[in-house]
Amino acid sequence: MNKPRTLAEKVWDDHLVVKGEDGTPDLIYIDLHLVHEVTSPQAFDGLRQAGRPVRRLDLTIATEDHNTPTLAIDKPIADETSRIQIQTLRNNAEEFGVRLHSLGDLEQGIVHVVGPQLGLTMPGITVVCGDSHTSTHGAFGAMAFGIGTSEVEHVLATQTLPLKPFKTMAINVEGTLKPGVSAKDIILAVIAKIGANGGQGYVLEFRGSAIRALSMEGRMTICNMAIEAGARAGMVAPDQTTFDYLEGRPHAPVGADWDEAVAYWKTLPTDEGATFDAEVNLDANELEPFVTWGTNPGQGVSLSDVVPSPEDFADPNERAAAERALEYMDLKPGTKLKDVPVDAVFMGSCTNSRIEDLRVFASLVEGKKKADGVRVMVVPGSARVRLEAEAEGLDKIIEDFGAEWRFAGCSMCLGMNPDQLAPGERCASTSPRNIEGRQGKGGRTHLVSPQVAAATAIRGTLSSPSDLEG
Amino acid sequence: MEKFTSVTGVGVPLRRSGVDTDQIIPAVYLKRVTKTGFDDALFANWRQDPEFILNQSEYAGARVLVAGPDFGTGSSREHAVWALRDYGFDAVLAPKFADIFRGNSGKQGLLTGVISEADCEKLWAALEAQPGVELTVDLVEKKATLGDLVVPFEVDDYIRWRLLEGLDDIALTLRNEQAITDFEAKREGWRPKTLPVRHA
Repeated sequence: MNKPRTLAEKVWDDHLVVKGEDGTPDLIYIDLHLVHEVTSPQAFDGLRQAGRPVRRLDLTIATEDHNTPTLAIDKPIADETSRIQIQTLRNNAEEFGVRLHSLGDLEQGIVHVVGPQLGLTMPGITVVCGDSHTSTHGAFGAMAFGIGTSEVEHVLATQTLPLKPFKTMAINVEGTLKPGVSAKDIILAVIAKIGANGGQGYVLEFRGSAIRALSMEGRMTICNMAIEAGARAGMVAPDQTTFDYLEGRPHAPVGADWDEAVAYWKTLPTDEGATFDAEVNLDANELEPFVTWGTNPGQGVSLSDVVPSPEDFADPNERAAAERALEYMDLKPGTKLKDVPVDAVFMGSCTNSRIEDLRVFASLVEGKKKADGVRVMVVPGSARVRLEAEAEGLDKIIEDFGAEWRFAGCSMCLGMNPDQLAPGERCASTSPRNIEGRQGKGGRTHLVSPQVAAATAIRGTLSSPSDLEG
Repeated sequence: MEKFTSVTGVGVPLRRSGVDTDQIIPAVYLKRVTKTGFDDALFANWRQDPEFILNQSEYAGARVLVAGPDFGTGSSREHAVWALRDYGFDAVLAPKFADIFRGNSGKQGLLTGVISEADCEKLWAALEAQPGVELTVDLVEKKATLGDLVVPFEVDDYIRWRLLEGLDDIALTLRNEQAITDFEAKREGWRPKTLPVRHA
């Protein structure tokens, strides 16, 4: 009888090329390498200097996302740094033979939207990308994590990485979500509970009835933000929901390969009796729409709460962090979060820009007008999501509402392109990260779900969908 | 990466301690898209001062930097090593290095030798007495020689072995190339392939 293993341990074991000895790392095989323009230039340059080729072009795919404009995409990119990074990726893809989906291409978009959409992301594989939100792909039961530029070069050259095993943490979410509460609220609540560094060194496995009930889009939202708890990766065991999402996608296995894959994927869920290095429980029944009030993703509360006071924190570091955050966010302790007005609403990013997210947003704003003075920007995660939304008429609903309907990319999640907040502007954002200046110098970010983003865009103050009734 | 056994070249006495990576290469140079061509970025702010030691003609073509303790602290940027290498330095000797910088250096073929503070003073004095004088840094013997002055230095055994063998991270992994190839031969057919392109 084999020792019971977790999902993460099974995927790790099945990718072991060389087992490390005497404290040296294991050598782990990488099934899928996603590439974008920001973290790849020096990696390709390193290959060029050493005269090395890309080992597995057939396991590598690149897309342009961080720097791409979301307006006038047929015009030259105005910002010089952005233009050079994108042109460099195009040159490198051409020189080395890497498949690239450029701005204007049907499959262009945020790298973490494109992989799953093409059916490249699947259970039981290893996925890396020079981007921290690579954890997204763990929603399929893959081991997926962000890497640095030197590691990008290493994977391009060898298709492997030397790694030390991660610890495992079970996040058990049992119960049924109330209407208007979503996957985003689950992960914001988890991060508030364990802290923005609480996952450090761990792979988080999200488990329980509330996770099982989620769509793939919801699971991606949750795993996407595992990194915001400091974790190396987040994972959800594959099940019928996973298989149904994958089947028929362009790069999903077919025929006998499909049958073999599904049979293997069904062996991946954590064995009964397997132990995790840590466990955390969250009650889904009690969960309400969540919002961050501070400048790290762990500084969040229920939207019906008030802005906390630094005195609420016993830990002196947390207290000092809260003080700094409240000053930056220009919030007073005791203020009802629902009384906080916003200047902008951003609906997009690798956390919440898939078709399901856009459908939820559109269903709430349909037939309504946005609040006066609030700028609302809706940015689909990929060119294909944009087309799909347009085929369903969502673009019309969103534009009638008074929001801007943009082209695909990372956009205002990090403002590497022109989509930025002005200093002092306050934004309800469906993105994953709320650190100082993330959406533009001096910009103030409140992380929320698509439901809360829609309700906030309608009312002009931070709002939950239930505030729209009556 | 080339094998490193010993280097002989002009030594530069940099009489400063706590030289952090922001001084070695200011953040403004991090936007570049290459891994080489950072020679102009090295100590860019200090080099605006005509009196700065690297602006003195005697030190042209320098290959060995002798600096004060806590060299390479601060940001983890690998660019700091690239800038030193691009400028022409093969070795830095100092009484203490920041850990991340020392690790990054070992991977990029830059020797970081730890010397005593007393020996650091002796080297500085000797280099300043004859600006532009050459010294030899011998990694096999773990010592630096300038005329009659012989200074031992310490270097992590693992990093020393990698430098002597000329192995960067990728070369180290590729010593297992057969294991990688064997692993690839066993991979199942269902695993994802990005090529040939399949359309929706």
